[in-house]
Formats: sequence, structure tokens, C-alpha cells
Amino acid sequence: MELFWYIVLMAMFTIYVILDGYDFGAGIIHLFYAKKEKDKKAIRNAIGPFWDANEVWLIAVGGVLFFAFPTLYASSFSGFYLPLIMILWLLIFRAIGLELRGQIHNKIWEAIWDKAFGIASLLLALFFGIALGNIVRGVNLGMVTDGVSAHEPHFFFLPLWNSTFSPHAEHLGIIDWFTLLLGVIGVVALAIHGANWIIFKTNSDLNQKLKQVVFNLNIVLLILVIISLFSWHIIDPKPFHNFVKYSWLWIFPIITFTGIFGLFKVKSFKKDGFGFLFSTLFLFGGLATTVSSIFPNLLPSTNNVNPSLTVYNAAAHEYGLSVGVYWFVIAAVLVAIYMVIQYRVFKGKMDDVGYGEH
Amino acid sequence: MEDMIFYDRMQFAFTITFHYLFPQLTMGLSLMIVYFKWKFLRTQIDKYNDAAKFWMKIFALNFAMGVVTGIPMEFQFGTNWAKFSELTGGIIGQTLAMEGMFSFFLESSFLGLFLFGEKLLGQKLHFLTGFLVFLGSWASGYLIIATHSWMQHPVGYEILENGKFVLNNFGALFSNPWLLPSFLHNQMGSLITSSFVVAGVGAFYILNNKHSEFGKLFVKTGVIFGLVSSLLVAFPTGDWAAKNVVKYQPVTFAAMEGIFETEEGGSEIILIGQPDVENKKLDNKIAVPNILSFLTYQKWDAEIKGLNEFDESVYPTNIPGLYYSYHIMVGLGTIFIGLLLLAAVQLFRKKLYKTKWILWSLMFMIPFPYIANTAGWYTAELGRQPWLVYNLLRTVDGISPTVSSGNTLFTLLGFIGLYLLLGLLFLMLAGKIIYKGPETTKLN
Repeated sequence: MELFWYIVLMAMFTIYVILDGYDFGAGIIHLFYAKKEKDKKAIRNAIGPFWDANEVWLIAVGGVLFFAFPTLYASSFSGFYLPLIMILWLLIFRAIGLELRGQIHNKIWEAIWDKAFGIASLLLALFFGIALGNIVRGVNLGMVTDGVSAHEPHFFFLPLWNSTFSPHAEHLGIIDWFTLLLGVIGVVALAIHGANWIIFKTNSDLNQKLKQVVFNLNIVLLILVIISLFSWHIIDPKPFHNFVKYSWLWIFPIITFTGIFGLFKVKSFKKDGFGFLFSTLFLFGGLATTVSSIFPNLLPSTNNVNPSLTVYNAAAHEYGLSVGVYWFVIAAVLVAIYMVIQYRVFKGKMDDVGYGEH
Repeated sequence: MEDMIFYDRMQFAFTITFHYLFPQLTMGLSLMIVYFKWKFLRTQIDKYNDAAKFWMKIFALNFAMGVVTGIPMEFQFGTNWAKFSELTGGIIGQTLAMEGMFSFFLESSFLGLFLFGEKLLGQKLHFLTGFLVFLGSWASGYLIIATHSWMQHPVGYEILENGKFVLNNFGALFSNPWLLPSFLHNQMGSLITSSFVVAGVGAFYILNNKHSEFGKLFVKTGVIFGLVSSLLVAFPTGDWAAKNVVKYQPVTFAAMEGIFETEEGGSEIILIGQPDVENKKLDNKIAVPNILSFLTYQKWDAEIKGLNEFDESVYPTNIPGLYYSYHIMVGLGTIFIGLLLLAAVQLFRKKLYKTKWILWSLMFMIPFPYIANTAGWYTAELGRQPWLVYNLLRTVDGISPTVSSGNTLFTLLGFIGLYLLLGLLFLMLAGKIIYKGPETTKLN
């Protein structure tokens, strides 16, 4: 039963990253490449009717995490206190940037909210990448100093950084060079993903330029991913042990690299949706590879005193998990229906939707 | 430790109070928009569709505010109340996860269609999307109040040796006797807010002599919805909810009514007075004998337990705050019923649109249902203190053990600043929409 909810949670998290990921990416593209009002409008239209529902996946992931793995929820949300609250503030800025911009037609007003939307999107992509880095690196569970826990074995607290920025320090920080590397990968990957979504959903003049942007960023992404793979053993002495044990897991890295290499052909795709498909493969494969490399751990412990939080020791009680399956299946079917309706009504190119022009 | 609890509580109280200013309007208003849309489908009179469209603009703005201030609520269970989440997550996580899966997806998927899809969908389907948005928002309220009810009156659980609460009866979460009265009471409160907003804006249009045709429609609709909901909020839903408090939290009932001593031969109802907790008495009181006993048990001489019968360790933490919240809610509720009855009489006599003082009163009343709803929630929440889970888990034992008070104060200040900005933006934009007024279109 724990395993079922683990797969559900990871699947929902991946869907969230893929969906809200294109929103964040569109925001990053908006910040750096959309100079003309026409281009900005195309980007807003491409995500307009979707971004709100995409964000609901974050709330749903949070809800399922809370219900199925309460210990992990309690431990990680309090331990990563500051960055999580900052993510909330950024989400607020991003949302009001999108929603309030069209309410008043004034250059300064629009410029403020354009920047709020773009910068918040960029920082969110960075923060989510850093968060992933923290999870695979692990934390000092129980806040152990000299072999003695200062708190219960599953609680911890991390400051934003420590003076060394090292993933090896006894007292870790949220931002160190390793987590920052994953943060930058997050920004680059989501920028590519967002650009692909804009190419897919609009006939904007920007599209030709964006294909070149995707190509260039893809080179950067490939280099960063290779660097991260070669530094992985620093945070985990046996980074591939799960892949040795279960050889079918190799499918995930293969999918990841299919995504990256496929994107090098971005300029010659016959259909505009192909780029989005390949960046989706990259995100899916990358996340699946990362989480399966630490399985069954959910949050590894960096000390020898307290055990890691795992799928089994962080889960809720059996009865609750079993009864949850019933309502979850019904809800999941309903959500699938809503999504089909939503994406069918707003299918094809979105240039004429007129989002935000109430 | 004291500081940690204080800032954690302040942050939750501040963010939830601000958040609930928005859903209380959207829940009620969604029903009223569905009503306008339905009226249009039946009569084919454009005015109703224009009214629906106008209120959709206010709705969309409110909804966005509700969403962005709502996400922090779910996160804060984990960030600031980690021990509580760890111990009870297997139970309250159920209802909170259900809220995300059942209602937020429904609302957010169909809100986009409702706001942008009128031409694409045609009138009947457009009505349906509006109805689904209404359904989603009320389902969300239901599941939140199911969570709230479990904290007020825990059911269907057992406690393991390690202190964790585990669910052993899923159905009990929804047959909880606390749930239905609280939910209905809350939804009626939400309808009162939307009724006064609709009526108040209508009164402004009539008095301002601009959009006065819409003004009349809004005043009429607001007064009728408002009168029905303000009667229902008192009886039976409020009465029913209060009887739950008497039955399951008698010490809370004594504190909110301001009863320090058990009275022989029946308790008086206190209308006005200031509790002096240090000396266990009520100053400057105005009270009516025996009414409280009658309202509670339908017997003039029924005994109501005073605070003197309980140990101080189970006293609500903030007795004066609880007492004032409750009395503000009840006092305002009474004023609402009075004003709306007068307005309804004038409406019936076809004189309402010329009765200036009622129109002025309706306009000035707009903030007060917000105050009444907030006071109502403070009654429920302060009434539960010092417990997180009534009689089982104390608030002090629920906070995040590793988050220092300095970090919480930092985020609390951040929320205060950010929400102040949000509030100003909201008022400015809502004001702009209202001042511009509804647009008339010709469909037929």
C-alpha cells in the first residue's frame, strides 16, 4: 500500500513539474526574449487558461503527501521552512502578475507586473531545482552534533546557506554548490520546456527565434547534466546501486537522453508539438532517474545516528491508506475528464483567446 | 518556547483571517451568479446575463485572491505545525487531500471555461460551467469544515503508543455531528456577505443615479437572498451549532456566553458587558433573565454550567476574546435581520428604491458581514483553545520543534507586508470594476 501511494505521489509530482513547468518556462522566456507587446501577449495567451489549473497540482501533491506520508510532510516542510515560505511568496507574485496586469491599461502598471511574473517564474524554477538537490543530497535528520541528536530523529532545520557552500559540511545549508547546480539545471530545462510550449500553442513571430534558443540552451543543459552526473558520487558514494539491482530502471536515463538528443533537431521538426514532447520526456526521465536512485529513501539522512526517511517508515497507517484508494480513484478519473475537456476546448493555437482582457 | 507558539499562532491567525475574506464572498456570490444566469436562461432578458457577467468580474478577482492566499494555508500545517501534522496527518490529511482532488480541480478547470468560454460553449453549457464552479467552491468549504469538525470533535480515530492518531472509520469523518450544522451555518454566513455586497453595490448605483436599472435588480436580489440567509444563519443552523458547543464543549459555551457562575433557576442571556477574568465577573452588564436556559434547553429553569464548574487548565485561553467574538457575531446578525426585514417590507410595498435611508444603510453595511463571519470563526477557533484536537492534543504540543521564533517572525512580517499590498491592490481594482459598472449587451 505504501508503494502504491509512493508511485501516485511521484506521478502527481511529475505531472505538476511538466504542467506548471511550462508556465514557469514561459515566464522565463517572457523575461528574457519577449520585447514587443505582441510577443508578450502571445505568451500570456499560451498559458492563460491553463496556469491556474496547473498550479492546483501543487496543492494536490501537497495534500496527498500530507495524507499518505505525514512524517515526511511534517519533517520536510518544517525543515525547509524558509525556502518554502519564499516559494509561497513567489507563487503569489507570479499569480498576481498574470491576473492583475490586464486590469489597468498603463505602461508602468504593465511593466511592473510583467517583471513580477518573469522574475518570480525564474526564481521558482531555481528554487524547485534546489529543492530537488536537497532531497537527493539528504539532510542532517535529528540535527546531530558529535553523535547526539538535538531533536526527534525525523526533524531538522536548514538555514538558507552556510559559509562553505559545501554539500559535505556537518551543518548543511539549503544552497550549496551541488544544489545550486540542480537549481540552474531546473531553470535551463524549464526555459526550454516553456519555449517549446509557446512554439506549440502559438503562431507568434517569436517562434523561429525560440527554436534557436531551445537549441542553444539544450547544449548548456547537456553539459550541466553531464557535470551533475560526474559529481553525483560526491553526495552519494554508490549513486547507481539501484540501477545495478533493478536493471529495468535504466529505461529512465534512456528516456532522459532521448529527450535531450531529440531536442537538437528542434529546427527541423515537422510539427510544432514535437519539441514539447521531447522536453516532457526529459523532465519525466530526469525526475524518475533522480528519485529512483535514492529509493526507498524519501529523504536521506546524512548522519549515522538517525535512519533516513523511507517509503515505509514515513507512511500513514494501513487503514487510512487503503480507504484512501477508493476516493482517490474516483477523483483521479474526474480530474482526467476535466483535463480532457479543458484541453479540447482550448485546443490548437491560442493566439485569439484574449486572456487577461476582461 | 512561548515566543515560538505566539508567532506561530499569530501567523496562522493572520493568514487565515485575510484568506477567508475572499472565499466567503466567492462561495455566496457563485450561487447568486448561477441564479442570474438561470434567470436569464428562463426569461431571455439580457439584463440578467449582463448582471451575471458583471459579478463574474468581481468573482474572478476575488477567486484569484482566494487562491493565492489559500496555498499558504495548506503549506503552513507542515511548516509551522509540523508536530500536529505528523501526529494527525493520517486523518486530517484525508479531508485536505480530498479537497485538493475533488474541489480545486473542479473549480479551476471550469472557472477558465466560465470566464472565457461563453461564446465557445453556448448559453446552456456556460450556465453549467458556472454551476460546476459553484459546486466546487461549496465542496471545498464542506471538506475544510470536515477537517475543522474533526479538530473540534474528533471521531473515527485511535491513538497509538507513539502518540499518533490513526483513522479507523472513514465514514465517521462525514457523519461527525459537528459537521453539518457548522457547514450550513458557514454557508449561510457566506451568502449574507455576498447578499450585502450585491445589495450595497446596487444601493450605490441607485443613490449615484448611474446604472440605476442594475442598481434596482441588485438591491432586490441582495435583499431577498440576504433576508433568507440571515434568518437561516440564526435558526436553525446557528442554534444547532450552539447546541453542539453546549453538548461537547460546555466550558467553551460558558466562556462565550460570559457565564462565570452557574445560576440557580436558569441562566440569563448577556447582551452587553465586559468580562473581568481576573476577578471572575462581568462588568457593566445588560442581561435578560432565564433566556439563555430557554434558548439552550427550551426550559426556563434549565441549568447552564458556569466557568466555576471547570478546572482552569481547560479554560479557553482567551476568554474575553472568545466572548467578544461571539457577541459581535450575534449582535451583527441581529442587526442584519432587522435591516433586511425593513428593506423587504419596503420592497413589498414597492417603495424600497425611494427609501433613501435604507439604501444608505445597505451601502454602509458592506464591511459588516465580513466582520460577523470573521468573528464567527474566531468564536469557533478561540473556543477550541487550548486544544488543537479537542481534549486530546494541546496547541503547545503541535508546533514545529525546529523552527525558531526569529524565523517565524521573519515570515510573519513578510506575510503582513505582502498581504497589505494585496489588500490595497484588491480594493483599488474592485473599486474600479464597481465604479465602471455593468455593461449592457444585446444578445436577443
